Amino acid sequence: MTAANGRAVGGPVLEPVPVAFTAENVSVCYQTRKGAIEALRDINLDIMQGEFVAVLGPSGCGKSTLMKIAAGLIIPTSGRATLAGKPLDRPGRDVGVAFQKPNLLPWKSVFDNVMLPALTLGLPRAPAERRAMELLALVGLSAFSANYPAELSGGMQQRVGIARMLLHDPQLLLMDEPFAALDAMTRETLALELQRIWLGQRKSVLFITHSIQEAVFLADRVIVMSSRPGRVIDDVPITLARPRNTDTLSSAPFGDACRYLRGHFQ
Amino acid sequence: MKYLAALPAFIYPLVSLSAIVGIWFAAVRLFVIPDYLLPPPWQVFDLLVNGFVDGALWPHIGATLVETLGGYVVGSALGIGLGVLLAESKMFERFLLPLLTGLQAVPKVALGPIILVWCGYGVASKIVLVVLVCFFPLFINTINGLRRADEDLLDACRAFSASRAFLFLHVKLPSAASEIFGGLQIGISLALIGAVVGEFLSSQRGLGYLVSSASVNMSGATMVEGVLLLAVIGMCGAQMVRTLHRHVVFWESRETRTESRRRRGKMMVWEG
Ligand SMILES: Nc1ncnc2c1ncn2[C@@H]1O[C@H](COP(=O)(O)OP(=O)(O)OP(=O)(O)O)[C@@H](O)[C@H]1O
Ligand SMILES: [Mg+2]
Repeated sequence: MTAANGRAVGGPVLEPVPVAFTAENVSVCYQTRKGAIEALRDINLDIMQGEFVAVLGPSGCGKSTLMKIAAGLIIPTSGRATLAGKPLDRPGRDVGVAFQKPNLLPWKSVFDNVMLPALTLGLPRAPAERRAMELLALVGLSAFSANYPAELSGGMQQRVGIARMLLHDPQLLLMDEPFAALDAMTRETLALELQRIWLGQRKSVLFITHSIQEAVFLADRVIVMSSRPGRVIDDVPITLARPRNTDTLSSAPFGDACRYLRGHFQ
Repeated sequence: MKYLAALPAFIYPLVSLSAIVGIWFAAVRLFVIPDYLLPPPWQVFDLLVNGFVDGALWPHIGATLVETLGGYVVGSALGIGLGVLLAESKMFERFLLPLLTGLQAVPKVALGPIILVWCGYGVASKIVLVVLVCFFPLFINTINGLRRADEDLLDACRAFSASRAFLFLHVKLPSAASEIFGGLQIGISLALIGAVVGEFLSSQRGLGYLVSSASVNMSGATMVEGVLLLAVIGMCGAQMVRTLHRHVVFWESRETRTESRRRRGKMMVWEG
């Protein structure tokens, strides 16, 4: 059972490992006109502070639903979700989200879209603007800061979404297939960049993906979900040395981990 | 076709317009049509020039403009304001929406005689009628527009702890802008109709009064004159709203502009 229960029965109090996010027996049913759709069933998941967790699962298994719970956008039908130990009843302020769709505001420039968290969270303007420029440079879009989202390709819009996620330097990153719309090369660059950010600042990450390679390359742990209703069917630690690089991709342990995970989807 | 395409766009309707005036001219000459049925174009032209020069037309134009614009501004503001209130508050929606949608079915101009009795025979009663006529398209379009806001976009902002005020100002209102302008477009033409109907019912001034009194006197040229002036006012109003729409809701017109360019490109291929 969970660490919280272990302490309650008075077992030895181990050093407190701060948790960034927990889900305890979380189930989600969507009510639709054609009846209820059970998206998630009894999900148990802990993300420790500074841990990089990837979630892998077939399409429609409830990955985005899980992320929306962590983002505080959906309240579980049953079960409990917490953020840094506190019940998750509203979106956390120290959380950055990148959605499966870019979800940019069409009437705001790329720069203003990246600035959005500064506005909603009331951050001081000048440092936020400096950071927005840095992040746009990071995702390779400095030249497009004054353009509008409709003038960008799908992959470019997705990168704006990633810059927006990082603006307020959040402790927990929630990323829903953020690289799915990108070409293989940009994908690799951004994956390396994400690892660099993560190694430097030890953020906690919930990273949802379709790609086994991407999950193994980035994560400390890969959670495997079953098809709908989504349940956790495996939890695989990835112990490859960091920093991982392009050589990692051709190493034997990397191949083994990928092969093992692929076994779940055959 | 190539040479025609090089001309500025406003030339084409001017050509068709001249053709119509030409046919009018010829018809009056060829078939002897009495003036009260269809006056010759030069007679209308003379009347217009004289009316502007001696200043007799100005009070009529002024009255119709004041009624139309005054009612339009007040009616639109009320429609948008109440639309926002109902879209944002469940309670107001429960109390007022069924009532207002019921009222929408009432032909507003039928209320004209009652409004005249209540508000007198001057400018005020016409403004009230125009307010009523303009209110509904703005009200309905504002509600629909605000509800049309993309739920995913709202969620994206909520995930960054956006407040309700932020969601309204930065997501819902811009999402509704195009629909609200659609309402403003309908509103401006209805406003002119409302003002003219009000003047038909009873008045001493205005272009509607000019037309209806001319019909009593069988003065064809004055009737055509009044209708022409109303047409010009109507077109200017619609064009102004359209231009404003394009500038305010720039993010949507950009898409349509590239779309239309693409379509025209295709047409040229067909012609070639
Ligand atoms: N707003 C909603 N209303 C009703 N049902 C929904 C809603 N959102 C998701 N669902 C249902 O919940 C299930 C899980 O959806 P979810 O978007 O979480 O899947 P996913 O794992 O992210 O899929 P994908 O990999 O294709 O993005 C789906 O079967 C879907 O039909
Ligand atoms: Mg998804």
